[in-house]
Amino acid sequence: MSGSTGKARTKVALAHAPPTYPRDLETIEVQLLLEGIFQQYGFDFRSYAYTSLKRRLWKRIQAEGLTSISALQDLVLHHPEAMERLLLDLSVNVSTMFRDPEMYAAFRLEVVPLLRTYPFVRIWHAGCSTGEEVYSLSILLQEEGLGDRVRVYATDINEAVLQVAREGIYPIEKMQEYTHNYQAAGGERAFSEYYTANYDGARFDPALRRNVVFSQHNLVTDRSFAEFNVIFCRNVMIYFDRKLQERVHGLFYESLARFGILVLGHKESLRTSRFENLYEPLDAKHKIYRRIE
Amino acid sequence: MTARSLITIGTSAGGLHALTIVLAGLRPPFDVPVVVVQHRSPSSHDLAHVLQDSTQLIVEEAEDKVILEDGHVYIAPADYHVLIGPGELALTIDEPVRYSRPSIDVCFESAAESYGSGVIAVILTGANQDGCRGARRIAEAGGQVIVQDPATAESPTMPLAASKSVEGAMVMPLEEIAGALMSMTTMPVPHVRGGVK
Repeated sequence: MSGSTGKARTKVALAHAPPTYPRDLETIEVQLLLEGIFQQYGFDFRSYAYTSLKRRLWKRIQAEGLTSISALQDLVLHHPEAMERLLLDLSVNVSTMFRDPEMYAAFRLEVVPLLRTYPFVRIWHAGCSTGEEVYSLSILLQEEGLGDRVRVYATDINEAVLQVAREGIYPIEKMQEYTHNYQAAGGERAFSEYYTANYDGARFDPALRRNVVFSQHNLVTDRSFAEFNVIFCRNVMIYFDRKLQERVHGLFYESLARFGILVLGHKESLRTSRFENLYEPLDAKHKIYRRIE
Repeated sequence: MTARSLITIGTSAGGLHALTIVLAGLRPPFDVPVVVVQHRSPSSHDLAHVLQDSTQLIVEEAEDKVILEDGHVYIAPADYHVLIGPGELALTIDEPVRYSRPSIDVCFESAAESYGSGVIAVILTGANQDGCRGARRIAEAGGQVIVQDPATAESPTMPLAASKSVEGAMVMPLEEIAGALMSMTTMPVPHVRGGVK
């Protein structure tokens, strides 16, 4: 859904500066742009991972028909609707249902038994984007008979993607892949039981979001808002630099109950974090950790 | 002679065998990190594990923000793009680029951005044209591009496209690539670490 305005105009957008673009100037311009966005709109991308952020900026520059970062700055500071488009580019990380199915299988096997011992379970899905993984988890919890004992707080910085998540309608052509993932994740029913195919896509059963609260939360600037038994944050922090990753790890640590579970993306790890020793790996391969302190 | 500080390798169909040959010929002490992008499906086997059996360098699947170390070979994980920043890798799940994630172009372009003329890019066997644009970008930035002789490639499409479109590309048989990399990276000149600014 991101970059929809630009795609028609430039068929293959360069996602980097032209070869002759002055490198030092590029760095300065990026800093000024991010500072300006923060001052004007309050969105703080200053600690996003520079390499991937720069790609996304250049894609937007091309899509807007511009040639420099300064020109983009001029555009977004004076035109909030251009900022909306850039915000989508910078903040939308679309995932798939049951991405890394083996992780869901491991969650079923290793985490669900722990959750059964609690009378009530609070889960925070941080950076849920358009909600594919929220519905995946809901399906799993419902199948494990935990559906009504769980409250899921699904948050994202971006209100536009939360609206998509609340609707729970996904492209019908994705269903084959999702069905395959669902089965690989240990699902034993017919995946099609969970959605109805409509003219506008596959509409997921509203019962799956009965215990889900979608709300806006900014990992960069907002604080902890409750105590959780499980925190999911997968492939969100890869867009952050190390400093911001540490801040967010601090936020998660504060927000987890003792023996609470932290689930990261398949290629993220606590290995280089100062929080590493405060967790034990419950399943190191699938990046499922348990808070021990 | 430019000091080379990073090697990137891109391949798709037939890549496993070709990678085995190239990596086997790289022997320690090896003074640069190697980043490998091979197209594969999310459910494919542990490529790093398989490749480790063929080389004395240390092979690992790339994790987010891992610090690049000389003599290490980093394999792009399935279903992520790998971007190369100064001294470290960054992963994204941005949409596939021309149907590929990982995309060789994305990786190569970021290498050119961060390491400029310090990059040696290698294009091996492959059945599509991913890597062409990235290799061109690396050549433009002063890096060296090596292309497997299409005649020795299981799938010649990718090396053929690269050899045609990248100015200054060196085309050589698969068996000679490792030797070329060894000699280009072990020049007795002061070694420049990290990225260009």
